[in-house]
Amino acid sequence: MAGSTHALPTADVAARAEAARKRVSPGLESWRRFRRHRLALASAAILALIILTVVLGPLWWQVPINDIDFTARLAGPSWQHPFGTDDLGQDLLARLLYGGRISLGVGLAAMLVAVVAGTTVGALAGMSRGSVDAALMWLTDLFLSLPQLPLLLLIIYLFRDSLKALAGPEAGVYVLIVAVIGGFRWMPVARLVRAQFLSLREKEFVEAARALGASTTRVVVHHILPNALGPVIVAGTIEVAAAIIAESTLSFLGLGFPPDIPTWGRLLYDAKDYLDIAPHWALFPGAAIFLAVLTINFIGDGLRDTLDPRKVM
Amino acid sequence: MGRYLVRRLLIAIPSLIGISVVLFTVLALAPGDPFEELATNPNVPAAVRAALRVKFGLDDPIAIRYLRWFTAMLHGDWGFSFVSRIDVDVLILQRLPTTLFVIGSSQVLALLIALPVGIYAAARPYSIFDQIASTLAFVGFSLPTFFTGILFILIFSIYLDWLPFVYRTDISATGWQWYWEHIRQAAMPVAVLGLFQGASWTRYVRSSVLDVIRLDYVTTARAKGLAERDVIMRHVVRNALIPVVTLVALQMPAVFGGAIITEQIFRIPGIGSLLISSILANDTPTIMAVTFVFACLVIVFNLLADLIYGWLDPRITYR
Repeated sequence: MAGSTHALPTADVAARAEAARKRVSPGLESWRRFRRHRLALASAAILALIILTVVLGPLWWQVPINDIDFTARLAGPSWQHPFGTDDLGQDLLARLLYGGRISLGVGLAAMLVAVVAGTTVGALAGMSRGSVDAALMWLTDLFLSLPQLPLLLLIIYLFRDSLKALAGPEAGVYVLIVAVIGGFRWMPVARLVRAQFLSLREKEFVEAARALGASTTRVVVHHILPNALGPVIVAGTIEVAAAIIAESTLSFLGLGFPPDIPTWGRLLYDAKDYLDIAPHWALFPGAAIFLAVLTINFIGDGLRDTLDPRKVM
Repeated sequence: MGRYLVRRLLIAIPSLIGISVVLFTVLALAPGDPFEELATNPNVPAAVRAALRVKFGLDDPIAIRYLRWFTAMLHGDWGFSFVSRIDVDVLILQRLPTTLFVIGSSQVLALLIALPVGIYAAARPYSIFDQIASTLAFVGFSLPTFFTGILFILIFSIYLDWLPFVYRTDISATGWQWYWEHIRQAAMPVAVLGLFQGASWTRYVRSSVLDVIRLDYVTTARAKGLAERDVIMRHVVRNALIPVVTLVALQMPAVFGGAIITEQIFRIPGIGSLLISSILANDTPTIMAVTFVFACLVIVFNLLADLIYGWLDPRITYR
């Protein structure tokens, strides 16, 4: 008697657990795996906080970014100016919030450009054999061996004025910087996508799709691309961090956004001559860049573990 | 070996030509004009301006201008710097040794950090040391060089007042004093670049050693009764370094980018700061030449990586 009443719930629990395991969607499963990576999880939280602050912060901290106040020149952090002021007495917190929108925005947009360009080139090279593949890979290798920073500086310097005239000072520089940074960072994605395509296109399910009469476009878009997405997502995440660094570097060298648009790199550039009297001016934007890049890199690392189905977690 | 080198050099030529085409196209498409100053100067008559344009061939088709520029580069005629008033090749040769010295010593520093730390961490995966080293490596390559440079100046020059933050080539001291001054002023730039590279290489070395250390031949070496030290140093590291060399070669453009930034922060008179100043001064011949030199340096380092491959992996034959 006792045995039978016992046996029933155990079988029931086992069956329920079985059902629960089956119901887990890929997204939920990925989330379960991502949660295991504690640093990545913490980084995701911090990055979300940074993004929220930058997006919603200006609604709450309504000090204008160009409010000049010579009585508070180069002042350290205080209640009135939590992050201090610069050499014109402009509030650094307001400038950091404003700059963060641009720095993070450039990072995301440049990543999108790089991923789209890289995926297109990689998919074209991976699907076409022979001379097209060889030519595209030669192009990729050529771009990989280009000295990127000198060329970035050169292009931005040469084209800045004409784009400014074309699209206005802010939008023109924004488009230019996003296009140029993205245009010099698509190569790793292209190589990844091509490698994925080369192995995936020989798989049975692709052959089956082809046998059923699917066109090449359909095979690529519906069957190969979704399966090649994992490494691309990881590369894209790290690409955001690289693009943020690239934008900050350009601004730091004085060749990024104009002086009246305080991106994080530009703030550092302005601050570097006042290091001895106003170190806070350099430390806050520097720390902001560092935190954003570090958290994005950790998230990328976590995603790498999450999206690799062979890794047992 | 000699024939391989020649073959490899021949393969490098198309890339060099490709780079020069990219460079020249960018410059030709750009709206800037080296004769802008003349055009706005009211004292220069239109006829003189036109004659000058013809003399310098500025109105020729782009292909002809490219060919002329390329043959001139081949002849060693790199143009004349509008701003510094000397030949560009002289200017670059003056500056190049400083850049190579800073980059070279920072790469040595990076190797001295990455190899021991990466190997030690991989030999004891997931130990406390490994976790600390991996986290520090992450922090290290997430810190952009311009921020580390500023932090170093803040700490070592301003608060501690140990090191100078402006790099000088005209140090008057002689003998040991001269060397000492040089080491002191190079310490911060080399550390900034070296720590950044070292951090990312540490990760490469670690993951590559981890891949190799699980292979059967390593178990065999251990089973023969070799000391762990010999197994790691003689059997594992050599094979593990092969993929690392590829990754390092791929990172060369980034290394030169980092060098430009550090030269700018510490005011090192190398070709990186020459590039920035000539861009700001609209000095076209110098910009072209310096960018081209950077491209050549990248290709030379890729070539070096290929040669190191052959030394590390005897299965690669020089054909």
